This record gives sequence, C-alpha cells and structure tokens, in this order.
Amino acid sequence: MLTTFTPFQSLCGGALIGLSATLLMLLLGRVAGVTGIVAGLLPPVSHDWTWRAAFLAGMIFSPWLYAAAGGGVIAIGISAGPAMLLASGLIVGVGVSYGAGCTSGHGICGLARFSPRSLAATLTFMATAAATVYFVRHVWGT
Amino acid sequence: MRILAALMLGMLFGLGILISGMGNPAKVLNFFDVAGSWDPSLAFVMAGGLLVNVLGHQFVMRRSAPMLAQQFELPATSPVTGTLIGGAAVFGIGWGLSGFCPGGLIPVLGLGRSGPLLFLLGLLVGLGAARLRMVRQRFTPSEAES
Repeated sequence: MLTTFTPFQSLCGGALIGLSATLLMLLLGRVAGVTGIVAGLLPPVSHDWTWRAAFLAGMIFSPWLYAAAGGGVIAIGISAGPAMLLASGLIVGVGVSYGAGCTSGHGICGLARFSPRSLAATLTFMATAAATVYFVRHVWGT
Repeated sequence: MRILAALMLGMLFGLGILISGMGNPAKVLNFFDVAGSWDPSLAFVMAGGLLVNVLGHQFVMRRSAPMLAQQFELPATSPVTGTLIGGAAVFGIGWGLSGFCPGGLIPVLGLGRSGPLLFLLGLLVGLGAARLRMVRQRFTPSEAES
C-alpha cells in the first residue's frame, strides 16, 4: 500500500507524543514507554496499575478525540495475514521485554535523556526492522 | 488527580500517534522500504517527538520531584548488554513483519478491525510469558525504561 509523505502532520503528531512524554515525567515522574506501561498490568500486576490503566484507556479513546478535533478518516493499511499478525505480536512481545522498551520508551524517552542503552537499542531495532521489511517485500514476497 | 492526568496524557499521546501516521502499519513499513515505496514520514515523527522531549526533559529535571508524585522514576544507568541488543533485534524483526509496535497499536484497537486485535493477542502472550520468566529468574530489565 502506497502512503503519502506527510512531513508536517508527522512532525506535529511527533511533537504531541513528545509533549505527552514530557508532561508524564513532570506530573507523575514516569517514562512514557508503552511497553513498560502495558507490562505493569500483566501478572504479577504492579502496585501502581491505576495510572497505567488510565493512560492506556486514554490512548484507546484517542480516536474519538481525533474525530472531535476534526480529523478525517483514520486510514490503516494492514498487509500481514492473521497468522503473521499473531506471530508478529508474539515476537514483538518477547523482543521488547528483553530489549527493555519499544519505539516510545527508547526512541522518544530514552534518546531524549541521551541514554546509551536506548541509543544502542534504537539503532538495533531500526536496523533489524529495515532488514525484515527488505526480506519480506523484495526477497520472499516477490 | 493522578488518574485524570494519566487519562488526559494517554489521549494526547494517542492523538499524536494518529496525527503522525504511526498508527498506520503501511506507513511504518514504507518508512523502512527505502528500496521500494519509501515514505520518510516516520523520521519526522521521531524528530518532532525528540525536539519537544529533549527540551522538556531538561526543563522537568530542574525540579527535585514531579508535581503529583514523590519522586522521578528513571531507569538506573546500566551498561549495554547482549540481552538488550538481542531483545531489541527481535523486536525489530517482529515490527518489520506487520508494521505494528505497541505505541502505534493501542490507538487503533477501537477502530473495529480484527488485525490490531490479533497482534494484541500475540503481544500480550509474548509480554506475559517473558515477564513471568523474568520474575522467576529475578531478572528485572529496568522496567521504568520501557
């Protein structure tokens, strides 16, 4: 599926993500890493599960805010089949657990603190994601 | 107050995901497909997020404590380990297979499509299994970082 290059929207959307991360640190003193927030809700459930559940509920309800703010149709193009989606989720779940974070925790929060671990993790997952996409689209998928 | 703040900030985060295009797996995959239908938008999402958060973080860290909590919970400074790199490498492979990452997924769960729910099921099983195994081994991958 072809997508349109949206530098302005992506920059603004990214800025909102960064603003949310900054405010979460300012108000609650917590890192806005979605992996860590979700993981704390799985057994053994963290003692501080309430803010985690509230943050995720806010994320789930964000499409309504998007619609109310005049945003158009939310386009999502999914090329993977059902089995691939399940497998992909499973692999991501294991990877982010041992990798101690995902795009938000390392890519937005960790890099902003100039964390060497987050820099190493971000460069690694960007490289393997690019290699995987190349393999799926240009080697295997042709 | 803490709960309300977390709810609002989750909405702001999700709004950012939706506006930026990070919730669209096709857009994410196209960012990595330099040899094909390349869409560099994701770089602008990272740039926008980092620009605000680098400045914001410096500002916030001038305080001795957060406004609604006792202390800042920042991950301990630990070395780059093989586990970290291995885990990140595995994450990238899974991300490249579908275009979904945890942050991009949550805001599109309620759009009535089955694909995000299937990915979520796999994600929860993978996260849950790894978490239980780590707890048993008393291995904590500095949770606050993620």
